[in-house]
Amino acid sequence: MALDDTKTKDFKFVGTRPERPDGVDKVTGRAKFGADMTAPGMLHGAILRSPHAHARILSIDTSKAEALKGVKAVVTRADFSTNPTFGPGLTGEPWNVLENVMAGEKALYDGHAVAAVAATSALIARDALKLIDVTYEVLDHVTDVDKAMAEGAPVIREGAADKSVPAGMHPNVVRYHDSGHGDVEAGFAEADLVLENSFKTEATHQGYIEPHACLGSLGNDGKGELWCTTQGHWYAQKMCAALLGLETSQLRVTASEIGGGFGGKTTVFIEPVALALSRKANKPVKIVMSRSEVFRATGPTASTSMDIKIGMKKDGTITAASGVFRLQGGAFPGAPCEFTAMCAFAPYALENVHQIGYDVMSNRPKQAAYRAPGSPMAAFAVESVIDDLCKELGLDPIDVRLKNASHKGTKASFGPRFDDIGLVETLEAAKAHEHYNTPLKEGQGRGISCGFWFNHGGETAVSLALSEDGTAQISVGTPDIGGSRASMALMAAEELGIPYEHIRCTVADTATLGYNEISHGSRVTYASGLATIKAAKDAVNKLCKRAAQKWGIPEDAVKWEDGCAVPSGANAGDFDPLPLAKITANMGATGGPIVGHFEATPEGAGVSFATHIVDAEVDHETGKTKIVRYTVVQDAGKAIHPTYVEGQFQGGAAQGIGWALNEEYIYGDDGRLQNAGFLDYRIPLASDLPMIDTVIVEVANPGHPYGVRGVGETSICPPLAAIANAVSAAAGVRMRELPMSPPRIVAALKAAQDG
Amino acid sequence: MSKIHVNTTVNGDEVDFLCDPRETLLDCLRDKLQLTGSKEGCGTGDCGACSVVLDGRLVCACLVLGVEAEGKTVDTVEGIAKGQDLHPLQEKFIKYAALQCGICTPGILVATKNLLERSPNPTETEVRYWLAGNLCRCTGYDKIIRAIMDTAAEMREAG
Ligand code: FES
Ligand code: FES
Repeated sequence: MALDDTKTKDFKFVGTRPERPDGVDKVTGRAKFGADMTAPGMLHGAILRSPHAHARILSIDTSKAEALKGVKAVVTRADFSTNPTFGPGLTGEPWNVLENVMAGEKALYDGHAVAAVAATSALIARDALKLIDVTYEVLDHVTDVDKAMAEGAPVIREGAADKSVPAGMHPNVVRYHDSGHGDVEAGFAEADLVLENSFKTEATHQGYIEPHACLGSLGNDGKGELWCTTQGHWYAQKMCAALLGLETSQLRVTASEIGGGFGGKTTVFIEPVALALSRKANKPVKIVMSRSEVFRATGPTASTSMDIKIGMKKDGTITAASGVFRLQGGAFPGAPCEFTAMCAFAPYALENVHQIGYDVMSNRPKQAAYRAPGSPMAAFAVESVIDDLCKELGLDPIDVRLKNASHKGTKASFGPRFDDIGLVETLEAAKAHEHYNTPLKEGQGRGISCGFWFNHGGETAVSLALSEDGTAQISVGTPDIGGSRASMALMAAEELGIPYEHIRCTVADTATLGYNEISHGSRVTYASGLATIKAAKDAVNKLCKRAAQKWGIPEDAVKWEDGCAVPSGANAGDFDPLPLAKITANMGATGGPIVGHFEATPEGAGVSFATHIVDAEVDHETGKTKIVRYTVVQDAGKAIHPTYVEGQFQGGAAQGIGWALNEEYIYGDDGRLQNAGFLDYRIPLASDLPMIDTVIVEVANPGHPYGVRGVGETSICPPLAAIANAVSAAAGVRMRELPMSPPRIVAALKAAQDG
Repeated sequence: MSKIHVNTTVNGDEVDFLCDPRETLLDCLRDKLQLTGSKEGCGTGDCGACSVVLDGRLVCACLVLGVEAEGKTVDTVEGIAKGQDLHPLQEKFIKYAALQCGICTPGILVATKNLLERSPNPTETEVRYWLAGNLCRCTGYDKIIRAIMDTAAEMREAG
């Protein structure tokens, strides 16, 4: 979607780096996050969770818990809707979410909720959980993706597969994706070298530091209020209403400040439970997850098993590529197998390409989105094989990628033709970067990788109200997960022509705006930004109209310049510029409040690419790795607030480092998660990381008025591969399984030695 | 379980509360004194979001029992700014965008202020290891470290 009114230069505010509006609140402890809210008469909720990976729930006896002094309500699945349906497009998902929020006939993973209590204190609620008697019949379980789709694997849920799955597959395979073009066999025949290998990645958690938390209040009149930490409060509203049999509009949801999400706070877990408890107890109920609950019961990524085959000519031309991607997404359908498959070869202009994806169920928690869901794993596998091909053919890894890079007009591996994209520009910037041209020290390895993500638009509503004193307030519906309120205010300042400081951007509650899709898909600066610009333009039109009225000239004889209404030309008349504040000062008398709106589902998100360069060291004795240098080069389209763009680049790289080197879900033979805490699930520390250099490339996205592309997700696509390439080079053995933890590296070195 | 009466000093103010012996100092600060600036990210001493200073020593408030605060002084993020004036660290954190979501920020500010009081001229490595108990999932630490190094330099100049 190309827009007619785009602006790509001469910005006054966009591209500057002002302080964020919530800065003072956040450095003084005043900001209110999920767990920071209280209400008069509030109860505390706690959730009982299954210790079994797979078990039939034969009975739940809550009588002793109910009898405990201070306990005000106990709920089980019976307290939720028996018919959680939705409109088209989400068919079945409300049922899956309900089943995840509170187990029905079976507990499907270690940590699956089976009952919940509300009591006058958190300690009493916790004590009461111990008094609930659940009788389980323990069933066989499976937690590994390859085992889950093998013959004889325990069936998680019969009949969960959709029509896409070919006949004869195990019932745990619930979705199937197959795409590509050309003739891969003919392509492989043309190649001078064909390499084929298998790769695995473990599930990782988004690892936001703020656990899920909410405060819900629901009366038996069906009217409710919910405060929660979420990436999407309209989704929470819709889902809670469906799960509790409420009318959507009767539930008002307010998003708290959010302490990180990365995709993991795009669904509901405790929110419907708090509301169910509140309805039963007739009091507000607060639930805050513990860290171990976050690990055991909220969404990690899918784990994967992948086979890649790529053919290359001596000059570096890729002749064909194919991949099989098996994703395990827990005990529910939804692992992003199609994204993995579609992203895998997207950076390259290929004549022959074929990709297959499988969505497989197992006895693990329901996977949730994690920053470019599905894409980083594919890049790891594909870019590792490309790296090996470059090595064997003696070619420079950046030159090979440049030779094959997708550009405008390329038929993408997933079908459509690319519009303006910036992959070549990121590769060229990486090649020219001092990092790439600095020799390595003894024992170090360097890796590079490209990465790709689609980005997303989605339903968006913004309103922008002007105040009498000439200031502006923007209401957006997308929770601010990394400074987006500053970006919105910058874009509004650009349109209105008033200083950034005179604009306040607020994340509105669900009663204030139309539906806003979740803050996901890197959509906020793109879609809410586009809507903010359009809402500001709408307000400007109204301002111009007031000026025209005042001057007694036609509306189209007035234009907006630098914060003032001015006559549009010599013929329009001779009037002094009329500043915004002069118009708003008496707007009550000239037609009433001036508010700009925009509501739409923008579809021009514009895909994005990145290239990362990493230097790593490996201690051959202990297997310990160290990232010594890291550079991110990514196309942002247009960086509205460059500091926050850099922050997204750095954050994605750091999470990628954790995923590549340390982080993994470890299950015991009993199907229980062995490392449900930050001590054993080790995310990168300050002492683990170097500074992370960034280069912002700007190739304007034709689908946004200023050329913006989302930046939040693409930054995690290349790291797994770039680090694997660097570590493999430093270790002298190819690492094909993530994380590349010390024991895995030692084992790989030993295997290579034993040869 | 019967409750225990605790007298303590928080951010210079004498306060008291009744607490269950099982409740942590973090629970007491947040739920009894409404000082919700200290955050619970893990409850097990691994994330540092609950960092406070107890009698001059940096601790995880989630690993200290409420009753242990008896007769001691506790300093939290709410006490870092003096009246309207932000501490230089707070100013630099905003300026450098050393926070994205901001949930780790209170703990990191408390920990860093304590470091700079002990060691006004730390190396980057010292800062990184001092903060090894404070997890940040959003930033990759880069801008946090830059903000701290710049604050330290500026505070040294200001003497
Ligand atoms: S909450 Fe105390 S260290 Fe994490
Ligand atoms: S800014 Fe989000 S955890 Fe540090």
